[in-house]
Amino acid sequence: MDEDFHFQPEDRPQLDPKYLLRWEKSQDAYVLLYPEGVIKLNATAAEILKRCTGETTTANIAHELKALFVDNTNIENSIYKFLEVTHAKGWIRS
Amino acid sequence: MPKDGSAVSLDGQGKPMWLVLELTYRCPLKCVWCNNPLDFDQYGKSELSTEEWKRVLREGRELGALQLGFSGGEPMLRDDIEELVAEAEQLGYYTNLITSGVGLTPERLKALKQAGLKQIQLSLQSANRNLTDELVGARVHDLKVEVARMIKAEGFPMVLNVPIFRQNIDQVEEILALAEDIGVDYIELANIQYYNWALLNREELLPTREQIERAEAAVIAARKRPNQKMTIYFVIPDYYETRPKACMNGWGTIHLTIAPDGAALPCQEVRVIEGLEFPTVREHSLDWLWNDSPLFKKFRGDEWMKEPCRTCDEKEKDFGGCRCQAFLLTGDATNTDPACAKSPHHHVIEMAVNKAKQKHHEPRPLVRRQVGAVTTVFMEHK
Repeated sequence: MDEDFHFQPEDRPQLDPKYLLRWEKSQDAYVLLYPEGVIKLNATAAEILKRCTGETTTANIAHELKALFVDNTNIENSIYKFLEVTHAKGWIRS
Repeated sequence: MPKDGSAVSLDGQGKPMWLVLELTYRCPLKCVWCNNPLDFDQYGKSELSTEEWKRVLREGRELGALQLGFSGGEPMLRDDIEELVAEAEQLGYYTNLITSGVGLTPERLKALKQAGLKQIQLSLQSANRNLTDELVGARVHDLKVEVARMIKAEGFPMVLNVPIFRQNIDQVEEILALAEDIGVDYIELANIQYYNWALLNREELLPTREQIERAEAAVIAARKRPNQKMTIYFVIPDYYETRPKACMNGWGTIHLTIAPDGAALPCQEVRVIEGLEFPTVREHSLDWLWNDSPLFKKFRGDEWMKEPCRTCDEKEKDFGGCRCQAFLLTGDATNTDPACAKSPHHHVIEMAVNKAKQKHHEPRPLVRRQVGAVTTVFMEHK
């Protein structure tokens, strides 16, 4: 795992194929399913990961999230931080 | 805003999130650490039908099950596994196949991919042909390695399950190198747990502390290698911990196993405990079995606990350990798991550990899992 990896605005992050993101009615939330595990996502995490399709740039993901969650001024940094953490965990690829 | 930890692991909220179907106890291998019951051959006649398994799958999803394991025995001995995977996929499970690799032909692997299977856990016992073949009692080493490469070629995520014991623990480096060469995503080097066949052979299988420390050092070094792509898990035996494992994350909290005959079990080993009844999905709904059956209520929560668990400030962490191990090693399933140093029975664990240390103990043959290898008719609860 590369702990020091940083996403650039033009990167197009993609969910690692080992992970499956989907809505789970019984949890009333998005869940991330992977070998030997289940992670329940909060709304923001789910909105970010939904956009990690390999087609949307990091800059656009941040832009779209800003529109969804208007109350946060420093959302961009947080999104990059989240992407870097999940990248280190192996959930997404650059 | 999302930070590390904002996405939480599920605690189940009372739902059986992990469903394991033991489709059959039949298996072409004779592993000396097998965790299937000693009387495994008694279950062949009563295996659930395809339609019965499908009903279990549907009812499991209604209860909120998400992760699904097809296990055994060797699940590939069922000729309906492709059909069951397709059904499970359609219901929305994350499907895992837990296999020895025997019977996983290229054709069936393709059919499983087509059915939507998500992931395969393949067992491998060593990096050495003769050792693997001896340990499992069949010439399957080359086949297993070939199957592993086939699984990767089909594009499946793969966990390599390596059971660890005295005979293979010194080869952790070789096993890791082989796994890297195959390109596995996860490797689980898990010291075996001592139930059923493994408990029968414990004296010969339990590694020494020094062996475990060396193996752990090799794992840590491998994790640090640049460009290490594998996730490496290393599980030490609870015999060498001073606290018990949080077995099944607590009785009846997230794990539900269905045995080949349809019995709904809080864990795969639970039939070793005397005096419990094991109702099946043939007579009851999965909802009743999970929520209301006496078996699942028996050790749910902490009402059943005795001292030292009852007043222990770690009881929320390990739930008193394993009920099966408490029963097998102390004779009472409500006792503290003797793996805990606070247990008044901890000496039974220490004795086993001391025995492992003795270099010149009298060598004994290993008992292979096979029909007729042992008789269980004189065991009290039979």
